[in-house]
Amino acid sequence: MTLDILSYGFMQRALLTGVVVSITCSMIGLFLVLKRYSLFGDALSHVAFGGIALGYFFNIYPIWTAFAVSVSAALGITKLRKSTKISGDAAIAVLLSSGFAMGVLLISASHGFTIDLFSFLFGSILLTSIQDTLLIVGVSCGVILTLIAIRKPLIHFTFDEEQAKVHGIPVEKLNYLFVALAAVTVIATMRLVGILLISALIVLPNITSIMMGRGFKKTMIISISLSVSAVIVGITISYYFNLAPAGTIVMLMVAMFVGTLIAKHVGLFSKKVHENNLSTVN
Amino acid sequence: MSVNALDVENVSVSHNGVLAVNKISFSVQEGDLLGIVGPNGAGKTTLFRAILGLQSYQGKIKLFGYEGSQYTTLLSMVGYVPQKVNFEPNFPATVYDVVAMGILSKKKLAKGAALIQSCGCCWNRIFSTSSKDREKIEESLKIVGLESFKDRRISELSGGEQQRAFIAKSLVKEPLLMILDEPVTGVDMDVQNKFYSVLRKINKENKITIVWSSHDLTAISDLATRVACMNRELFFHGEKEEFFANKDLLKMYSESAMQLHMHKHDM
Repeated sequence: MTLDILSYGFMQRALLTGVVVSITCSMIGLFLVLKRYSLFGDALSHVAFGGIALGYFFNIYPIWTAFAVSVSAALGITKLRKSTKISGDAAIAVLLSSGFAMGVLLISASHGFTIDLFSFLFGSILLTSIQDTLLIVGVSCGVILTLIAIRKPLIHFTFDEEQAKVHGIPVEKLNYLFVALAAVTVIATMRLVGILLISALIVLPNITSIMMGRGFKKTMIISISLSVSAVIVGITISYYFNLAPAGTIVMLMVAMFVGTLIAKHVGLFSKKVHENNLSTVN
Repeated sequence: MSVNALDVENVSVSHNGVLAVNKISFSVQEGDLLGIVGPNGAGKTTLFRAILGLQSYQGKIKLFGYEGSQYTTLLSMVGYVPQKVNFEPNFPATVYDVVAMGILSKKKLAKGAALIQSCGCCWNRIFSTSSKDREKIEESLKIVGLESFKDRRISELSGGEQQRAFIAKSLVKEPLLMILDEPVTGVDMDVQNKFYSVLRKINKENKITIVWSSHDLTAISDLATRVACMNRELFFHGEKEEFFANKDLLKMYSESAMQLHMHKHDM
């Protein structure tokens, strides 16, 4: 009985996209969180909304316009930050409001809100077409493989930019590549949880796993595991109880975060660290 | 004939029109341990940042006689330990992870080694050519005495232990030159002494050239082979004995150090 949801094509597509996208979000999110760029994903998704509206306005497949607008906005704001020394949070505010305003403007200029547009705002994982699935899975795999390839310089760069520069890492190029990857990830995630909840997938699994006090590799693996299980369980629950998948997934992630916070407060993780300390002393 | 490890020729740096470093020139020979002294605000960090390519400057700086793109190649083989590494306190990196960041790719290492050999310098590697990355990391941790801390998060370590981890990170790249900017300021005496013995060891045994700034004149007189004294300009550069015999210089340095000390307590 429990496996009957897998017999539907739309469910298979939803689960496949969900799993791939959650892995990508966790990976890119860990770097964003550690660079104190947690809301960058949120800003990019609002820009993507502008991109989607642009697609509808000119009658182009909206995902393509969203990709183009988000990636150029990400690169542009990085360049602007470098040349004007605008602080990170202010840059994010500029990006977020200008992207969203562009979207609202274009929609009002055309034929108003449609159901399809709403699906971008709140996610529509169960309505993912084969074309969308192929695109999202392809793009996500590209991001994952790139991140694996550049992991060493990227970790060094995230830890300490100046040391990375002395070490001979081309930090500027790496930064541009990284923000472009983040923009691409956000577009790929839109279908799963919608523009308004993307930040949750980027931030929640990572701040939860960081609390567990492990090294970099383990932190990333824990974050991916939390994210993937929240997506699978969330989609399943939403199917059986007829709930919105995006909200269910994010609330599961919030529960994981709060649970870990309580466990840490009670001393579950610190005890382990303490034992480790004792063993190194002995 | 071998060349100098570092040549600084007429280097000036200005911040918003104010000269932080004024026409400084000095050279560091291979195997030297140069101690740089000078009060805070003397431009020591600015000078280091210029050498490391993090700060634009006027004048000329050469690494093992090289400038331009070859300078950049050799720069990746310079170990740098700043006064304080500013990292995100939640960063989930163990001590092992941090040291691993210092590993230089085989390609870069080979390119740098070829340059060094062609200029006739002898580069004493810390590790044998066959050692794997993991062995290098373990060995670096052993040199700084942190082998039992390798699985601890870097943020859990004390300030002195963190500095030792960052020294291990710069040792693991098999440096040609190490630049240490007041690396043990604010660290207790016991850790300072451990640190100094590490410094002596890598300079004597591995023949790594070291440029080191410090306010600790006792340590400088114990360890350094040569001394430079600066306060925006270079006041002295030469043999250690000569510096410590020059009462005027010592007086000038200790007075400014005293003022700084009092100023710190006022804050």
